[in-house]
Amino acid sequence: MNEYNFAYLDEQTKRMIRRAILKGLAVPGYQVPFASREMPMPYGWGTGGVQVSAATLTPDDTLKVIDQGADDTTNAVSIRKFFENTAGVETTEETENATVIQTRHRIPEAKLTEDQILVYQVPIPEPLRFLEPRETETRKMHSLEEYGLMHVKLYEDISQHGAISTSYAYPVKVSGRYVMDPSPIPKFDNPKLEMDAIQLFGAGREQRIYAVPPHTQVVSLDFEDYPFEATKADHPCDLCGAEDSYLDEVIMDDAGNRMFVCSDTDFCRSRRAQGHEGRLSKEGAI
Amino acid sequence: MIELKDVSKSFTLHNQGSAVIPVMQGASLTVAPGECVALTGASGAGKSTLMRVIYGNYLAASGQVLVGGLDVVQAEPREILALRRETLGYVSQFLRVVPRVPTLDVVAEPLLAIGCDRQVALDKAAALLARLNIPERLWSLSPTTFSGGEQQRVNIARGFAHDYPAMLLDEPTASLDVQNRETVLSLIEEAKVRGAAIVGIFHDVGARDQVCDREINVSDFTPGVAA
Amino acid sequence: MTPLLQVNGIEKRYGARIGCTDVSFDLYPGEVMGIVGESGSGKSTLLNCLAGHLEPDAGQVVFDTRTGGPVDTVTMSEPERRMLGRTDWAFVHQHARDGLRMSVSAGGNIGERLMAVGDRHYGQIRDRAIDWLGRVEIDGARVDDRPTAFSGGMQQRLQIARNLVTGPRLVFMDEPTGGLDVSVQARLLDLLRGLVREMGLSAIIVTHDLAVVRLLADRLMVMKDGHVVESGLTDQVLDDPQHAYTQLLVSSVLQV
Repeated sequence: MNEYNFAYLDEQTKRMIRRAILKGLAVPGYQVPFASREMPMPYGWGTGGVQVSAATLTPDDTLKVIDQGADDTTNAVSIRKFFENTAGVETTEETENATVIQTRHRIPEAKLTEDQILVYQVPIPEPLRFLEPRETETRKMHSLEEYGLMHVKLYEDISQHGAISTSYAYPVKVSGRYVMDPSPIPKFDNPKLEMDAIQLFGAGREQRIYAVPPHTQVVSLDFEDYPFEATKADHPCDLCGAEDSYLDEVIMDDAGNRMFVCSDTDFCRSRRAQGHEGRLSKEGAI
Repeated sequence: MIELKDVSKSFTLHNQGSAVIPVMQGASLTVAPGECVALTGASGAGKSTLMRVIYGNYLAASGQVLVGGLDVVQAEPREILALRRETLGYVSQFLRVVPRVPTLDVVAEPLLAIGCDRQVALDKAAALLARLNIPERLWSLSPTTFSGGEQQRVNIARGFAHDYPAMLLDEPTASLDVQNRETVLSLIEEAKVRGAAIVGIFHDVGARDQVCDREINVSDFTPGVAA
Repeated sequence: MTPLLQVNGIEKRYGARIGCTDVSFDLYPGEVMGIVGESGSGKSTLLNCLAGHLEPDAGQVVFDTRTGGPVDTVTMSEPERRMLGRTDWAFVHQHARDGLRMSVSAGGNIGERLMAVGDRHYGQIRDRAIDWLGRVEIDGARVDDRPTAFSGGMQQRLQIARNLVTGPRLVFMDEPTGGLDVSVQARLLDLLRGLVREMGLSAIIVTHDLAVVRLLADRLMVMKDGHVVESGLTDQVLDDPQHAYTQLLVSSVLQV
């Protein structure tokens, strides 16, 4: 522990990031620029989320890290180890017991509480980037609330695919003002963005932090005749039988056999511990 | 309806030593509704210039050109355009149209410009074209490819599509055969009957004698050589 | 009648160099005004000042807004000016790719202004896009094609549809027929004439092509070295030019 400052970052940097976080909370959905630091991991591995977590953690916190819902993937494991080493905080895989949850591409299935903070890793924070490459112009569009372009993207989706095919990073309007990229979470998770916990978003490479305070209105953009739908695979979990969780599809062999399992590993495990069963749980496949 | 008071016109050729060429002075005339006045004078005496001054195409140097109460010399462009749309028609010797527009639309355009119903406008255009012996198979083609005589008749049809209270006719019967010449002359007669004031240039003496009530020799307005 | 646009003493300088200076005119509803002059005469600078793309150093551009009456667009707030740019004003660029989103379908291009002003019904937006494709003589079946698959003339017509779909009252055009084949130009001019008449549009057209202004413009302004040297009725300026430069300009046109 002596070789690192608490949570790796120096105190000045943490102050700078906390100021950005507070500003983000004060202006929900607004992308606050910050001086992103070099972190001991490559861009794309969660450098933004790690910096936000580092500035948020206190010695009393319990940290959970998930990647695509799972606690046991490389990215999640390495970030968890990183904070075990540099901050010495408790870590957990149980959603209920965590006070800070860093996530990539998912919102946990369990309802989060006012005592928790959810930190998202964000690759591209600018929702308008797809159609407008100029940063000067997108900033102006945000400041003047010119969001017609966002619907052009959805229009293109429908005209090409017959439905809004955007299935992740689905744009939302926060508190009736800023259009925001909720990071590449599946649109199944979009309704959960209105929650009791604090949500912080960190984009390291793009040097932006934004936030959604608790109990903030978050509306998924749509058309009157093509309303937003939070879709998932039409299937129960093959392990725990859950019918209301977001599922991963797993190809099992070359014969085309496949199974659907909860992407939230903690949620699935706790259900099975309660005795819930799915189609394949008897076979002891996992 | 048309009244000129002491109008003069000169051209200043800035790029040719700023030579000032006076072409008209002291031009005064009056044309009442229902009257047709012929401009006469030798070639180069200024007949076409006078017509263009009345139409607002040439800017008079001094004097007043009153058409339907509007002084064309002083008027704003939009006032002149409104005058040309509603009051003052002009049949020039040359057809000037957007390429590739069908003949029927070319003739109907003055009516559409004043807000006439499209079908009514097209019907009237068709009637005029038929009267002037333009074969129906040509109506859907652009007149830019027509012979000189056909273009002239399309031009006349266009000029007579709307019942202008005042009209300027520049050689309306030139290059027409006997039958079409008669048609044009009767169009002019009909315009007079409905009360149009007409100023025309007719080299065709027979036509002039048939439709014109008076002649005005523009040589009277030509500045003296010494002037 | 209130002028739609009142321009008073517009000046734009680039350092010591004059872009355009002392430009004043009134444009009335339904009027089409041409601005001609050679390259560097300041006509494009003037157009960009009028359309709010450049901030003039002096002068007023007073537009008769639908709700608030005449307002100086130079001093109005940027959100208001940009809103005007999406609703009552339209700008047709010389190069269609400057005015279109090349990676978005024709329907999306036309629909953008509708969505920008709050339309949220996909079916209605699409129907209006197809209707407008028809009005600019593009097959409605191509609504989902991208402009990159269109010819130059079609791209220009698509740009016009995209601009006119919200029913603007004033259209700025910068060399709208530049770079097109002569035959394509003629068709575009005829289309523009028809649309201007049907919609009662006012337009300001910058071009160096005197044939274009003769066919489209009611009035003409001739510019040289940033100054307006002559203005008036289009055919009067072209047939009886008063200023030395205009006489030179008119006499320089090749007769076909």
